[in-house]
Amino acid sequence: MALLRSFLMRLISTAITLFGVAVIVFVVIRVVPGNPIAMMLPPGATDADIARLQAQYGFDKSIFQQFLIWLGDVVQGDFGTSISLRQPVSELVLNRLPATLELSIMALTIAVLLGGAMALLGTRYRGTKAEGAVDIGAGMALSIPDFLWGLVLILLFGVLWPIFNISGRISPALNIDFSTNFYLFEAILRLRFDVIGDLLGHMLMPALALAIPLAAIIAQLLKQSLKETMHLDYVTLARTRGYSEHSVIIHEALPNAVLPTLTLVGVQFTFLIGGTVIIERLFSYEGLGNMAIDAVINRDLPLIQGIVILFALLFTLVNLVVDMLYVVLNPRLRHA
Amino acid sequence: MKLSRRSLLKTSVAAAAFATVGLPSFAQAIDELVIAYNVTLPSWDPTVGPSAVNPTIQGFYQSVFDLYIPQNPDLSFGKGIITDYGWNDDQSQIWMDVREGVTWHNGDPLTAEDVAWSLTRAGNPDTGNPIQFIWGKVANVKAEGNRVTADVVEYEPTFFKWMSFLTGYVLPKKYYEEVGAEGFEAAPIGSGPYMVEKFERNAFVRLKANENYWGGAPEFKTVTIKFVTDAASRVAEIESGNSHVTLEVPYEEFDRLKAKDGIDGVATPISDIGMIFINDIDVMLDPNVRKAAAHAIDKQLIIDRLLSGYGVAIDTLQTPDYVAYDPSIKVPYDPELSKKLLADSGYSTDKPVKFTIQTTKGFKPKDYEMIQAIVGLWRKVGIEAEIEVYEIAKHYELRAADQLAPMAFYNWGNAVGDPTTSTGFAMFGPSPHSVWDGKETFDMILPLWGEKDEAKRIEGWKKVDAWIAEDAEVIPLLQYVQPILSVSGVKVTPHHSGALLPYLMTRS
Repeated sequence: MALLRSFLMRLISTAITLFGVAVIVFVVIRVVPGNPIAMMLPPGATDADIARLQAQYGFDKSIFQQFLIWLGDVVQGDFGTSISLRQPVSELVLNRLPATLELSIMALTIAVLLGGAMALLGTRYRGTKAEGAVDIGAGMALSIPDFLWGLVLILLFGVLWPIFNISGRISPALNIDFSTNFYLFEAILRLRFDVIGDLLGHMLMPALALAIPLAAIIAQLLKQSLKETMHLDYVTLARTRGYSEHSVIIHEALPNAVLPTLTLVGVQFTFLIGGTVIIERLFSYEGLGNMAIDAVINRDLPLIQGIVILFALLFTLVNLVVDMLYVVLNPRLRHA
Repeated sequence: MKLSRRSLLKTSVAAAAFATVGLPSFAQAIDELVIAYNVTLPSWDPTVGPSAVNPTIQGFYQSVFDLYIPQNPDLSFGKGIITDYGWNDDQSQIWMDVREGVTWHNGDPLTAEDVAWSLTRAGNPDTGNPIQFIWGKVANVKAEGNRVTADVVEYEPTFFKWMSFLTGYVLPKKYYEEVGAEGFEAAPIGSGPYMVEKFERNAFVRLKANENYWGGAPEFKTVTIKFVTDAASRVAEIESGNSHVTLEVPYEEFDRLKAKDGIDGVATPISDIGMIFINDIDVMLDPNVRKAAAHAIDKQLIIDRLLSGYGVAIDTLQTPDYVAYDPSIKVPYDPELSKKLLADSGYSTDKPVKFTIQTTKGFKPKDYEMIQAIVGLWRKVGIEAEIEVYEIAKHYELRAADQLAPMAFYNWGNAVGDPTTSTGFAMFGPSPHSVWDGKETFDMILPLWGEKDEAKRIEGWKKVDAWIAEDAEVIPLLQYVQPILSVSGVKVTPHHSGALLPYLMTRS
């Protein structure tokens, strides 16, 4: 019951958050310099031409009126039409979302595996050179931003030892018609191993670039958390019962130590999704982030609004899921 | 099998060697040409919406669609779908002869009806053609046999030149009416050298050769154009052999890569120029200040130092391959003259004249750095300019509202090379692209818009350019040079418009 109440409260706060984001984005992108109409004026445009274009895109009305019209349409699922791409915004962003989600989930998986492994290694061999190596590795990984990791990876695995594709999401020559835009998931379901290999060949470098800094954060926090847990009485008790150190870490310490890391992973995952904007651009990956940059350059206001709202929705949903998961996993909260 | 440390090391080295050898190499025969392009293609209809007036994507359109009148790589006009054209004696009508035997990508014949429909559609303001202000200058477009005629509503000397420029494409009447705008966007067909096989927005377009192309079948039967907007990634694409051709890489990288075995480079001056707009407000109302600023810039030094020599210094808004280029118009680098001019207006290095100059940063190669260098040169003669960095979108907004700072850096493209589309639109006060409101220039330009005597028209524009240079109403800086890199198996013929056309690429 408490879980349901908590869930409902979070849904309400999500709706309020989204409304706030919508207001801020709508107003901010109209206040910052860069009028989309000015960008599409032909050389011989007259005042009448400018007025016609402004009316055509609804910019002749006040910001408040524009917002009300836009909000009314959004409530009915209509996010408007992109100025530069001349297609419905909802269709465009929903077509791109799967690419970004697949990339983000892949990055998160790598980060959790890599960071978790580093933390366990550092804990198992605490006080040795191995722990020092883990700390140094995590420090280095954290001090370099994801886009620089992207450049390093391109140089290493795209140019010097070209084993991965530098750009795109899938090889143009690959002959496959997808039913959805979740290419990787669909290829796995259809057991198309050639396509899976090709998709991974395109996805691994951007995913790794996104994952490395997050892996370092996970490694540091989980290791610290494990370190504290390892001194608790029940862990000592497990040792006295003759459990191996390996077993003590995995079966006794880890389940308790993982909770703070889980919260952090949830928060960091939203940052990771934000990071896709630059990484997708760098790797010419056809996701939402890449589209967002084009939308900003072209001052495509309806598209910017649609993308930001979708990102905001993603962020709040991820946080919601993490909070719910935390409640489920934490016995004290579960039974409260 | 027991895996020792040594055997693991050996296996790793062998795998690395295999991977290096097994991946794309420059010397391999190229079946499918892969181009890493610097921009993305937003939409396919080349006649409507903002994309239609984006010069950087015309190469995509020209691969799939035919312009009414094509431009040769040197910007001269050729024979295309329209083989011959002209005005009647009193210039009250235009006529165009349409090439026979041309087919659309779906096999339908291309007829004069298609040309007439395309032209009528372009002139209709409801279709959203951004160049309607030109196409609307003819009406009553008719097709008879292979000839198209139209009545002239308002004489426009550059009408036929626009047929080689933005939105000047012939579209298939029957197919477009059948599938509608959305259907055409989803499955575009044209009469150009390549057909669209696959299009992934923001990712790539895969083109298939049109074997029936009237100009001859393209050499490369399949071409993939990947949209790689990041310059570092484009460098990696060509260096790794993942792409066979790329363009617009930093000049330092261009020099480095073309020196490598297996990569060729070609750098060609294109129709884009870099210039500084002068808004006739504040201190810019003083001609001495403007002239001093113009004479204090060592353009060649900037090109040599910042652009590795890739650029052509210019003194008017015409490049050497434009029709109204006049090599006798010069604005020489003369810092002493600048000091004298400033002194005449009461300024010196101790009491400098102050104003703001706006520039983009990273929009064009070394744009910000060039302005920094110019500000440094100005400081030596008594000009203290404050740099304001803005985005290109803000430039458009401020320019349309005539609110640019006293000086503003910009790049201007003019693929048809006519003075109306360079000096005309940039310097004629009422144009939304001009911030110069001086009456003398306005009076000189006004009669040239409709001048029917071509020689007189061009001479008139040269006089305008001479006056503008003398009065320092704008500061032209340089003609840009486009760097193109290709693997050794591919020969690229650059087009001076800046459009990278796969049709002009052959095996070498």
